[in-house]
Amino acid sequence: MEFVIIVTIFFYLMSTAGYFAYLFLQKNYLNRVGYFLLIAGFLCNSAAIFYGFLKSGHIPVHNLHETLVIVGWSIAGVFIIFQYKFNLRILGIYAAPLATIVMVFASQVSSEPAQIKNIVNNCWLIFHIISIFIGEAFFILAGGLGFMYLAQEHAIKAKKHGFFFRRLPSLELLDTAGYTCIVVGFTMLTIGLATGLVYAKMVWGKFWGWDPKEVWSCITWLLYAALLHERLTAGWRGRKAAIMAIIGLAVLLFTFFGVNFFLKGHHGEFTRL
Amino acid sequence: MFDIVLLGLNHKTAPVALRELLAFSKEEAVTVLQNLQKCPDMNEVMLISTCNRVEVLLTTSNTINAVNSVKTYISEFKKIPISQFESALYVHDGEEAVRHIFRVASSLDSMMIGEPQILGQIKDAYLTAILKKTSGVILNRLLHKTFFVAKRVRTETGIGDHAVSISYAAIELARKIFGDLEGKKVLLVGAGEMAELAVEHLIRNRVGEVFVANRTFERGVELSNRFKGKAIRIEEIPDCLKVVDIIISSTGSPNFVIVRDQVKGVMRSRRNRPIFFIDIAVPRDIDPDINRLNNSYVYDIDDLKGVIEENIKDRNKESIKGERIVDEAVISFRQWYESLGAVPTIVALRNKIDTIARTEVDKTLQSLNHLADNDRQAIYRMTNSLINKIMHDPTLFLKNNGCHGDRVTYIDLTRKLFKLDD
Repeated sequence: MEFVIIVTIFFYLMSTAGYFAYLFLQKNYLNRVGYFLLIAGFLCNSAAIFYGFLKSGHIPVHNLHETLVIVGWSIAGVFIIFQYKFNLRILGIYAAPLATIVMVFASQVSSEPAQIKNIVNNCWLIFHIISIFIGEAFFILAGGLGFMYLAQEHAIKAKKHGFFFRRLPSLELLDTAGYTCIVVGFTMLTIGLATGLVYAKMVWGKFWGWDPKEVWSCITWLLYAALLHERLTAGWRGRKAAIMAIIGLAVLLFTFFGVNFFLKGHHGEFTRL
Repeated sequence: MFDIVLLGLNHKTAPVALRELLAFSKEEAVTVLQNLQKCPDMNEVMLISTCNRVEVLLTTSNTINAVNSVKTYISEFKKIPISQFESALYVHDGEEAVRHIFRVASSLDSMMIGEPQILGQIKDAYLTAILKKTSGVILNRLLHKTFFVAKRVRTETGIGDHAVSISYAAIELARKIFGDLEGKKVLLVGAGEMAELAVEHLIRNRVGEVFVANRTFERGVELSNRFKGKAIRIEEIPDCLKVVDIIISSTGSPNFVIVRDQVKGVMRSRRNRPIFFIDIAVPRDIDPDINRLNNSYVYDIDDLKGVIEENIKDRNKESIKGERIVDEAVISFRQWYESLGAVPTIVALRNKIDTIARTEVDKTLQSLNHLADNDRQAIYRMTNSLINKIMHDPTLFLKNNGCHGDRVTYIDLTRKLFKLDD
């Protein structure tokens, strides 16, 4: 298990190197190398998760270590699909190092499973976990695209056409890609929350328990819902949409880490150090 | 052995007044080629004449005579005394001539580094030389190598990247904002060469409808017909801003034609779709404060000039890589050129036959174990004299004057026939 994680980190690291080399040298084969290394890492990552699944019999999200492994897996997986669809190569310098950092972090925290009470393993739980993680990975990409949009917009407005201006794609593409990520992420988050509610009803007998994680997830959901609503009605796009995607990312990170570290709740066991 | 010589003048050595006196039209070039070839000591010749350069590339057995006869001929043909253009002339021979033609074709020697036309002009000049049969083995090889080098420089360096003219720079910026320009609507305010050129570039990028607003409506109609667009009145501009994406403005108006509040007012009904103003006019037509609004971008003529300057700096940086590619190519051409001497070819031919004979004899002797050492030596001796006999006539032919002065052709043929250049 440890070994597979190390191999995964190695692949992600090499992929990061590939993408950065592409950033500086702008040779297409470097981009492809980065992409294939990321896929190799993703496969190893999947193997690690599958192994955890075989060992425990349910999705391995019982401590921070396992959860982070899934986070890294979702970021890599979602980016692979994303790059296949949009061919937005420069995003590799954001996604690949992020997956690497998450995996390094995962390998450093204890992998002792937490003592869990009241876990019922059923398909609702699997759906809940998988769709939440994939949705979050899309939001993470949307946040990265938001940063890129702001950088590119600043270059165009300030008329300073430097290193990144040449390498970043058009504003339109960044905006569309970010929007797509948020739509998909929002859909996944909605499915994740809904299945979570059903699961809560089955296991604890009530849909809503005012658990801090539930509350903050709901806040995240409302935030992205507001962003989508404004885009569809008032045409919120470009700069405002990019800033909202970044704020959304910040709230998301707080929901994921902050709530567990600072507040108590029934998700806490899975992500506490 | 022939020498490759290039003589000529370009924008660096001669003012335009002199260049236009010496420029040759296509028809003139044909006559010049045919007459130059008749000069004594002249072997192969081609003529490159563009607005920035006039160059004669030739191979000769006597450089000084050939250069002089070209000078005299040009002076007679154009009726200009030699003294008037001699100081502007440069003469390169051997490796320097090769390097020069490589650099010219790769656009490293152009007035605007990286401009793409020069390669096509050299291709045309070469085609004329081929049709008039004034190019031969050496120039053919040299020019093919030249085209190869030029292509390599273009694809492997950024020498041709990024716009260096105002209208192209504007299009490039529009691409950075909109990505694809297909279907984007354009508004041209006023008229002017640069603005019209920009609209033409946009149309080539398959933009959608083109609107034209002009102070005199008739002129607007005239222009809109040219762009297959629609003429509107100046008063209609604010309404038009609701639909168009790219505005190119070039009027003589002393005041702003479009002000901030007009754009601010339409952003809501545009649903915040980006809008890009290209202001070519002096004094400016577009309120620069519009650039501060969300999703709207303004570039005036100075901004565009700034972009171009950056791009030119980049091209100059990239040209260093281009020079390296040229250097490599000069070395590999020299290797081929040196192999054209009679001696290296004869040696290569002998080595080839020698290797074949030895391999075959060794193979045969392996199965003839009953032979004594003496017998084996005799077979080797016989092989050697066979080789000598075979080599005798070709050696004489290539070394002496058997080739009637056209030795390079025969050496090249020999090398191809026996595949001596791997």
